[in-house]
Amino acid sequence: MTSSEPPVVDFPLRRPGEAFPPPRYQDYRGREGLVVSYLPNGNKAWLVTRHEDVRAVLTSRKISSNPDHPGFPNISDTMGVPRQEQIPGWFVGLDSPEHDRFRKALIPEFTVRRVREMRPAIERTVEMRIDAMLAAGDRADLVADFALPVPSLVISSLLGVPPADREFFESRTRTLVAIRASTDQQRDTATKELLRYINRLVAIKVQWPGDDLISRLLATGTLDAQELPGVLILLLIAGHETTANNIALGVMTLLQNPQWIGDDRAVEESLRFHSVADLVSLRVAIEDVEISGQLVRAGEGIIPLVAAANHDTSAFACPHLFDPARAERQHVAFGYGVHQCLGQNLVRVEMEIAYRKLFERIPSLRLAVPVEELPFKYDGVLCGLHELPVSWQES
Amino acid sequence: MHVTVAADRCVGAGQCVLNAPEVFDQGDDGLVTVLRERPAPEEAAAVRLAGTLCPSRSITIHQD
Repeated sequence: MTSSEPPVVDFPLRRPGEAFPPPRYQDYRGREGLVVSYLPNGNKAWLVTRHEDVRAVLTSRKISSNPDHPGFPNISDTMGVPRQEQIPGWFVGLDSPEHDRFRKALIPEFTVRRVREMRPAIERTVEMRIDAMLAAGDRADLVADFALPVPSLVISSLLGVPPADREFFESRTRTLVAIRASTDQQRDTATKELLRYINRLVAIKVQWPGDDLISRLLATGTLDAQELPGVLILLLIAGHETTANNIALGVMTLLQNPQWIGDDRAVEESLRFHSVADLVSLRVAIEDVEISGQLVRAGEGIIPLVAAANHDTSAFACPHLFDPARAERQHVAFGYGVHQCLGQNLVRVEMEIAYRKLFERIPSLRLAVPVEELPFKYDGVLCGLHELPVSWQES
Repeated sequence: MHVTVAADRCVGAGQCVLNAPEVFDQGDDGLVTVLRERPAPEEAAAVRLAGTLCPSRSITIHQD
């Protein structure tokens, strides 16, 4: 075990104008043991930056995902986001075995086969958004006009939101995510409206079941009426902005590396390269545990930084290069362990269809501002773009 | 090479089915099943990748 005092580094980890992942991650990886950071509330949190260590943390039985444990690193506090209350059904905040009942009920909804069956509907959604952009002129904000609506519409269709309500659903989810374009008050109202809507939708599906996720979950009888809305909100939050940011950042990167346009391997590399959910897999030690020779005490926070792991030179050759042909595939952009993203195959298909259709339908697509001027989201939990102004030649 | 799986550990991430669809499948419950216990030599690399990616370490690869 390391005898020297662990280095203390600043929090927050992201700064405006800095490259992402922050170059400091490389310094942290190069140190012996772990580095430690103190959150604004004074709590200690260990930063885990090596690929091997991140996988070990995310599979350790001595480490918990439950934010109710004292010492859990609630970083949303530091980013102006209200702490996510431990609402019933919020199973990413549970450990095995409590967690497993929820996960098992949902797994059949996201199998590779089920996601394949969703392809035609996703293609239609993507085509319709492209039609709308083309009809509106020769420029667009690809975030607001494409990247955010596509996953929201896909989720609303998955949940069984009737077509007439999808516009409402999409606009409210967009308000939640557009932290620059909306006020706290507007986001609060949108959250309440969505919750009310989801509760009403569940009540409708109880009365009139259909061929949709809510009806099937109700039929399994494994989740109760209090848990189901929490599960649905979780699916919405987990599947919306994450996917949107991967679409927008991926398009930006493909425009800078046009030799990879049309190559489906760009999807997997984009997931690794951008690692938008860098600050999502938060943990707390519930027993003393050793990580890379560093003793972490029970009750101390742990922040496995997946972007750091995905840019670890001992796991990926030249990780700073966007190289869809690379051989290494073991990125942890979706996390690792029992909480690894349940919707990952849906995200992959959405990204693949979004990239392919965009560049097929709009071959002259280009950035409307220099890449240095793009507004990166340093102020959100997820990494992404506030806007992605693009333009094209009208044919 | 032959392959065994522990479906009780499986979390249904589906990476095995995505990468080695001839060898792995998901049942109605979404949990891993093995289609071919003894993969063909040309499938070996994909099976090893599936083993590396599996987030719940449910896949064991045995060298015969």
